[in-house]
Amino acid sequence: MIHAALPRPTRTTCPYCGVGCGVVVDPDGTMRGDAAHPANEGRLCSKGSALGETLGPRGRLTHPEIKGRRASWDEALDLAAAKFAEAIRVHGPDSVAFYGSGQFLTEDYYVANKLMKGFFGSANIDTNSRLCMASSVAGHVRAFGEDVVPGCYEDIDEADLVVLVGSNAAWCHPILFRRLEAARKKRGTRIVVLDPRRTASCDGADLHLPLRAGSDVALFNGLLARVADSDALDRAYIGAHTANFDEALAAARAEFPTVAAVAAETDVPAADIEAFYRMFVSTERVVTLYSQGVNQSSAGTDKVNAIVNCHLAAGRVGKPGMGPFSLTGQPNAMGGREVGGLANQLAAHMSFASPDDIDRVRRFWNAPNMATKPGLKAVELFDAMLAGKIKAVWIAGTNPAVSLPRADRVRDALRKCPFVVVADCHANDTLGFAHVTLPARGWAEKDGAVTNSERRISRQRAFTPPTGEAMPDWWMFAELGKRMGWGDAFGYSKPADVFREHAALSAFENDGARRFDIGALADLTDAEYEAMEPTQWPARKGAPAGGRLYGDGLFSHPDGRARFVATPFRAPVEKLDAARNLTLNTGRVRDQWHTMTRTGGVPRLSTHTPEPYLDIHPADAARAGLADGEFARVESRHGATIMRARVAGDQRPGEVHAAMHWSDANASTGPVDRLVGAATDPVSGQPELKATAVMVMRQPMAWHGLLLRREPLAELKSDYWCRVAIDGGFAYPLAGIEPLAAPGETPDDAWVLNKLSPLATPDLAVYADPARGVFRFASFVDGALDACLFVAREAASVPDRDMMAAMFAREPPKEHRARLLAGVPLDGVASAGPTICACFAVGRVTIEEAIASHGLTTAAQIGEALKAGTNCGSCLPELEKILRETAPAEHRAAA
Amino acid sequence: MAATMAKTKRLALVGNGMAGMRAIDELLKLDRDRFQIEVFGAEPHTNYNRIMLSSVLAKEKKVEDIVLHTREWHERNAVALNTGDPVVAIDRAAKTIATASGKTAGFDKLILATGSRPLMPPLPGLDLPGVCAFRNIADLERIEHASRTGYRAVIVGGGLLGLEAAYGLSRRGMRVTVLHLMDTLMERQLDKAAAILLRRDLEARGVEVITRAQTEEIIGEHFVEGVRLADGRELVADLVVFAIGVRPGVDLARAAGLEINRGVVVDDLMMTSDPNIHAVGECVEHRGQTFGLVGPLWEQARVCAAALLGDEAVYVAPPVFTSLKIAGIDVFSAGALEARDTADDEITLRDAASNGYKKLVLRDGRLVGAILYGDIADGPWLVDLMTTKRDVTPFRDTLIFGRALSRAA
Repeated sequence: MIHAALPRPTRTTCPYCGVGCGVVVDPDGTMRGDAAHPANEGRLCSKGSALGETLGPRGRLTHPEIKGRRASWDEALDLAAAKFAEAIRVHGPDSVAFYGSGQFLTEDYYVANKLMKGFFGSANIDTNSRLCMASSVAGHVRAFGEDVVPGCYEDIDEADLVVLVGSNAAWCHPILFRRLEAARKKRGTRIVVLDPRRTASCDGADLHLPLRAGSDVALFNGLLARVADSDALDRAYIGAHTANFDEALAAARAEFPTVAAVAAETDVPAADIEAFYRMFVSTERVVTLYSQGVNQSSAGTDKVNAIVNCHLAAGRVGKPGMGPFSLTGQPNAMGGREVGGLANQLAAHMSFASPDDIDRVRRFWNAPNMATKPGLKAVELFDAMLAGKIKAVWIAGTNPAVSLPRADRVRDALRKCPFVVVADCHANDTLGFAHVTLPARGWAEKDGAVTNSERRISRQRAFTPPTGEAMPDWWMFAELGKRMGWGDAFGYSKPADVFREHAALSAFENDGARRFDIGALADLTDAEYEAMEPTQWPARKGAPAGGRLYGDGLFSHPDGRARFVATPFRAPVEKLDAARNLTLNTGRVRDQWHTMTRTGGVPRLSTHTPEPYLDIHPADAARAGLADGEFARVESRHGATIMRARVAGDQRPGEVHAAMHWSDANASTGPVDRLVGAATDPVSGQPELKATAVMVMRQPMAWHGLLLRREPLAELKSDYWCRVAIDGGFAYPLAGIEPLAAPGETPDDAWVLNKLSPLATPDLAVYADPARGVFRFASFVDGALDACLFVAREAASVPDRDMMAAMFAREPPKEHRARLLAGVPLDGVASAGPTICACFAVGRVTIEEAIASHGLTTAAQIGEALKAGTNCGSCLPELEKILRETAPAEHRAAA
Repeated sequence: MAATMAKTKRLALVGNGMAGMRAIDELLKLDRDRFQIEVFGAEPHTNYNRIMLSSVLAKEKKVEDIVLHTREWHERNAVALNTGDPVVAIDRAAKTIATASGKTAGFDKLILATGSRPLMPPLPGLDLPGVCAFRNIADLERIEHASRTGYRAVIVGGGLLGLEAAYGLSRRGMRVTVLHLMDTLMERQLDKAAAILLRRDLEARGVEVITRAQTEEIIGEHFVEGVRLADGRELVADLVVFAIGVRPGVDLARAAGLEINRGVVVDDLMMTSDPNIHAVGECVEHRGQTFGLVGPLWEQARVCAAALLGDEAVYVAPPVFTSLKIAGIDVFSAGALEARDTADDEITLRDAASNGYKKLVLRDGRLVGAILYGDIADGPWLVDLMTTKRDVTPFRDTLIFGRALSRAA
């Protein structure tokens, strides 16, 4: 797999979260943190450390296909070009769309964005970044006039108070969190966590406010009022550098005049709110880190502005150790924003709102069909598709059939679209809807640039040859453009060509009005691009690069002033009712990534949270009659699913939580977004993924099971199942609502064999206790263990998954292979050796041990010790023989 | 004190077999000086291990290997021995016995250990040379002789003994066919599934098996030539061995006027209806039960010896278990073979490749039966669970995998 001839280590960037850690890949394929990268200084988290284990050909797409038939790149791309051209000709430019990914490299984004907005003439390009960053983008634009994160990671080192809002950084941005812990050790930084759940980030925090889901704006409006009443209020700063303060403050005060009012809305004790406010007001160096808990909300943009308002009021923006700080979820969400690769952005931090910007980009691109208005955002895009308005769509590097709200509706939309191209490196759920599938290069095979949460551009470098015929996404879009007649505009031959053009656009007619300016990188030679060190923007030609922005109080709005935004409180769109009386929050687990296409096959990443649990507070569980580990049926207005309940005091009463990683490819639960409504933020279009009204009931199961296989199963029919990567294969916890068999009967052979073995007459070991409904099977291929299936009426009769996985990793002892089905560890079960005394089943090894340890010298003594030879006596001659053979030398001589 | 005391009482053992001689062994262990002992045997040999005749037949052992008490032993222990001279009468009033050769001997106490007789069906041709049972060394010699001259053997009876004989003859190079009246082999010890495995394993060793075979006639003029079945099939045979079961040897006891049912009736102290006469082994009937396997006999011998010395140890028949001794085929069976009704539970474990099979029968959470085929290591433990009537519910899910894996046990 790994280039054997690579002479030197490759320095690249981790493909997971937005921290953007540097990774060094040694020529032998070992990976470690890059000590020279400023984001991580050599550290890697659990997911990053296991990167090497995610590589490999399993599940990779290796060649283009048209309707499931293998095709050449030319055939596939010609067909795509013809279909997109036809749709544009017949139905207009807005009948086509691209839906991309935060996994895109900057170059991929750039070419796709250019093709759609400059040449197709539509802005229907959106990415899954809409699901995580859109509200931050919109909030930044409203407050600052540009999508800019003012601070940098050093601010975390230099802050005296860090407020985490809707962020479980300990799990989701682990290296940054370690940086925070280090700062805390060094300078006593205090930590306050605002999160409905008691997450790992709360361990060791000074204060945790478990606020009601979606009530963040109330808390920060109250804080704004408090700042206004305190010494922290920076009247001079507000007067010199901002606008709209009085309106924002008035709106905040009107709703939340007192801490008691805030307490009532947030459901947090007033004393704790008071403590937080006091800390914020009295500490100048405050960094507010926020993430999906803020963004993924129908009031996400308001949440961002409510936070920024507080920082502006105290004049704490863009200065050392202070400022609002959005943590991005994907490795290159920021790069996509720089390119402008979202439907409501134009390009390079220019806006559809400005005719000058549109004209500038047209001239730069020499664009024949310049789009002039924003396009459809993610959720709108799939709504339009369902309405039959989208005639051709290109989906790349993402799995919308899982990750978008109302996932079943998204599937209907995909079914309705006349032409669907899916480009991905792994098979995923969306692939089933594709007319053309294209194999994309994976992380280890791709070359380009990514930007992390602190505006730092790093190179991602290939270190393995591509899998099969896989190609980079930028190349595919460029080929599409060429085939549609724009050869000159898309004649790139390598990522450096694209990057230079992107950098040049950022500096094009930019007098400093656009903070995003990387003109200094526009003239990099190929070799310089190849060797580029992590570079923080701005990087203007002839000016020092990087650093904080807006510290001088000059913002990107034309008047140079930041804006306060009045943020009247709006509760989540979905209302609870008598039946749907719980709020479903969604999130991540520590060791999985997105829809598990990358991490789902790594055993050591599967042990932390192996199944898609529903976390529920003990009181709510008791009301639903649910015990820990039992199954819950979860129903929203949009869908229903079955999950295993995990009763946890970490949950707020009234709120349940499920992780977003699982999909139909790896669990019966399917995407949790199936349950989530399509409410979006009115400004950013980002969906509300964390506040869905649900009803939770106990789901009784007639049987429970555990399946272990060497190879994953393509299709699994049971009411509950999920796939867990284990050493040497995959484990599937199972459960079913209907009995597997009538009382006292054995389950249907076909049902069993379907799970166990592709062979018609498999080599089986079978355990059956029909009265208790306990059945266990092991199948062997060429004598080697291939699969095991345990089913039982009682969950307690199914062996522990981890223990069985450990056993499955090894080959069971040949002569007692069926013992595997005992479902208990075989360690220490020594073989007794060949049977000598058949009546009492005493083995040779046992007899020899007894002779040695008790100094036995006669068969009668052996009989007393082991009973051997005391029944029929047939073995007495053998016992005598063993005594002779084991006797010490002097005895033998005497005899 | 005992060592110097004169042997004042006479003890006669009628039947020089495994059970009787074991009683003498037990007695000598307790008190070497109480009795003056004299043994009377019908066979011309000293006591030998009858169970191992099949091993001798299979040439895995020699006759001298299976001898349990040599003539030297008798001399050394001052136990008088009469061989080849069956006892023909017991005069209980006079307390004397008479042998076929006309010898008489008096006794104070007598142990009756006359064993069992093979069942022979009343078929035409049963008396032809080449037809025999398989109970003693004389039978063994007849069979060995036949196997040297002939090459086709028919064994009538697919029970434990018949199968062991079949295997032994097969090892001697004969082509062996087992005729079994029932649907499956060893039906008293094995369920159908285990019997099917056993049949497959036997056939793999060259033994042919015909089930539902009703033997109707032995064919032959001067010497056995074959067997005719009720369905008309004829099988060529140079040797026909009957192993269809045994019945207790009660003729002598009946003639002496002892209480007889199916066997010689004994009480819990192994005493017959005559307080001076005890009985052990396959000739007895204890609480309605007769015995064909060796295990219970040892305990009978121990109880009998103690009773003769005035100790009132009580005999309790242990659970009966069987293990088949055919090289490479390990079979173990104890107790119930299958669920009696829906209240009983069966647990099974089978492994296709190794022909392994296990079955347990549970009643009210207690183990009441076990069949092990292949891996029999846990047989004794299972018998122990049956004997102690332990509640196995806490480790039911691992029970069949044996003691080592049933941690809760």
